Amino acid sequence: MGHTPRTLFDKIWRRHVVAEPEDAGMPATLFVDLHLIHEVTSPQAFAELDRRRLKVRRPDLTVATMDHSTPTAPGSTRPGWRLVDPEAADQLDRLEDNCRRHGVPLFPLGDRRQGIVHVIGPELGLTQPGSVIVCGDSHTSTHGAFGAFAFGIGTSEVGHVLATQTLLQHKPPTLEIHISGRLGTGVTAKDLVLGILARVGVDGGTGHVVEYTGAAVRGLDMEGRMTVCNMSIEAGARAGMVAPDEVTVDYLRGRPYAPTGDGFDRAAESWLGLAGDPGAQHDRRVELDGSALAPMITWGTNPGMAVPVGGRLPRIAEVPHERRAGVKKALAYMGFREGASIQGRPVDVVFVGSCTNSRLSDLEAAARVLDGRRIADGLRMLVVPGSRRVKAEAEDRGLDDVFRAAGAEWREAGCSMCLAMNGDRLAPGQVAVSTSNRNFEGRQGPGGRTLLASPVTAAACAVAGRVVDPREVL
Amino acid sequence: MAAPRFHRLRGRIVPVLIDDIDTDQIIPARYLKTTAREGLAEGLFAGWRSSAADSQRPFPLDDPRFQGGSILLAGENFGCGSSREHAPWALLDHGFRAVIAPSFADIFRSNAQKNGLLPVSLPEEVHRPLADAVLRNPRIEVTVDLERLAVELPGGTTVGFEADPFTRICLLRGVDPLGYLLDQGDLLADFERRRPAPFDTRSAAGAPP
Ligand code: SF4
Repeated sequence: MGHTPRTLFDKIWRRHVVAEPEDAGMPATLFVDLHLIHEVTSPQAFAELDRRRLKVRRPDLTVATMDHSTPTAPGSTRPGWRLVDPEAADQLDRLEDNCRRHGVPLFPLGDRRQGIVHVIGPELGLTQPGSVIVCGDSHTSTHGAFGAFAFGIGTSEVGHVLATQTLLQHKPPTLEIHISGRLGTGVTAKDLVLGILARVGVDGGTGHVVEYTGAAVRGLDMEGRMTVCNMSIEAGARAGMVAPDEVTVDYLRGRPYAPTGDGFDRAAESWLGLAGDPGAQHDRRVELDGSALAPMITWGTNPGMAVPVGGRLPRIAEVPHERRAGVKKALAYMGFREGASIQGRPVDVVFVGSCTNSRLSDLEAAARVLDGRRIADGLRMLVVPGSRRVKAEAEDRGLDDVFRAAGAEWREAGCSMCLAMNGDRLAPGQVAVSTSNRNFEGRQGPGGRTLLASPVTAAACAVAGRVVDPREVL
Repeated sequence: MAAPRFHRLRGRIVPVLIDDIDTDQIIPARYLKTTAREGLAEGLFAGWRSSAADSQRPFPLDDPRFQGGSILLAGENFGCGSSREHAPWALLDHGFRAVIAPSFADIFRSNAQKNGLLPVSLPEEVHRPLADAVLRNPRIEVTVDLERLAVELPGGTTVGFEADPFTRICLLRGVDPLGYLLDQGDLLADFERRRPAPFDTRSAAGAPP
């Protein structure tokens, strides 16, 4: 008889253990196949290496980009453009210097491979099934869409990986989230993941590796799967993953860093063998019916505070006691009344972008809604492609013209208003519908209020100037 | 940075009794442009501190009753959201050495431990009375003892807490996790020999034509 059936996660974990734990409760040493770095969470790690006179062990498995604090104003990637923010400029200079001294390849501002770290990994074919992928960034879970074990780490751990290409890790438990059925018209991967978060809550997955299964997940393209895995961290999960299938293989074929020729066929075969064995058990399981989902939007100050666009905000009396203080605080910050409907709320800003929803299919979905329409008077809409490559592809298809004709800003690639570090931010009190992943207080600018939604819903809200169900305009 | 240590801490408590405090609240992104680990206290809870100042009701960190506390008492799922290690750096820079909460987010817990800021999970039935006690009398002190894995509460009761064995050893003995990994160099070299790299990021593969 064969071995005990293994999950996708088990298979990946086993192949990466450099040293088994010495005793129960001790961590294993895990090998890292790909280490992505950016300007914000790496300088202190390089400083630690320098202090200890250590080199980067595997620059060939490391890649750096600039995304978090970079400008996205149109034209800001041209040579000679100077950053106005001296601190941000210093951080970018530091990254350049660190990468040069340690031989780490860097895709800087102006490079055609530059972009949000979780957008460029997949599009360059660096993100491959079966890998362990880390980055000093919590949304590293995005890469799990390829059947990789991908997770965010802190800066101390960035230093560990730079110096040793390994990490000390306790083996996490797994949670299967099974979504059956088919998503309806106007219901996207973003609505699916917001639906999951509304159900399990922002700590529903704490410490777990989530595997998304079921027909609704299989039916998503790679970009949709990335959107779902991206927000795994919003449930507190260590990572999210989807087993590789033909959709995964097709996406990777021909990507710059993917294997070529026979090598690709052999790799594809091994990728397809990663799926969990029949009968493999997860530690926990949650089920959802994908066909019952509607377009979702958040109303509060964490991503689990989501409702169908046509739904109502919670009434305090219906909320469990221990959650009431949080709901009241969120309603007060957002300026919303309990039990009110969210539809019809005025919107000041619409942001389409971030590592959740800034890929070509996201921009296409928004452009389809905007085509032949104008955004509402007085509303500001920013469209920020996830990478230079996405930007070029979108321009090839004329999407930039659609956005500009509709009155939206077509900007350079970066994180932008997702975390408002680079000056793209809300004014206090403004309400934004945003395709990003976090609606925390002040995330998009001090005093700003964020409603998270899909690109389709965001574009529909931009046209209406208020919160609307996108199915009204499709 | 020398490996941080933690043995036993006796101190007063600063209560920020809110659930799901995310790292964007602990330290907003606009403070992340630094390339240092120090000096981040200025950004600690900056958003909440400034809106509390506007409303004339001081945020607990600025409330004279809680000055000098070295233990933060927070609600459940503390430190969710972004992986920024600036969160524990800012808490340490302010003078905190431990955080007590019913539960912690994963990455925050790991980041805090690596810097010697001890996350201590106490169950609701201990946490709630402790919170009430601090609000009644801000001068009470508790002792967090990592050696014994116990918290001594005011009034003399003691409750246990959990820490993973490796973290406990590191903090008690000042073991440096990076040094530990570097010591495994031979095992790693063997592993690397058996594992061909799937690509070389330095190649021109991704370069535009
Ligand atoms: S787009 Fe937002 S969530 Fe994604 S990496 Fe950038 S800042 Fe983080």
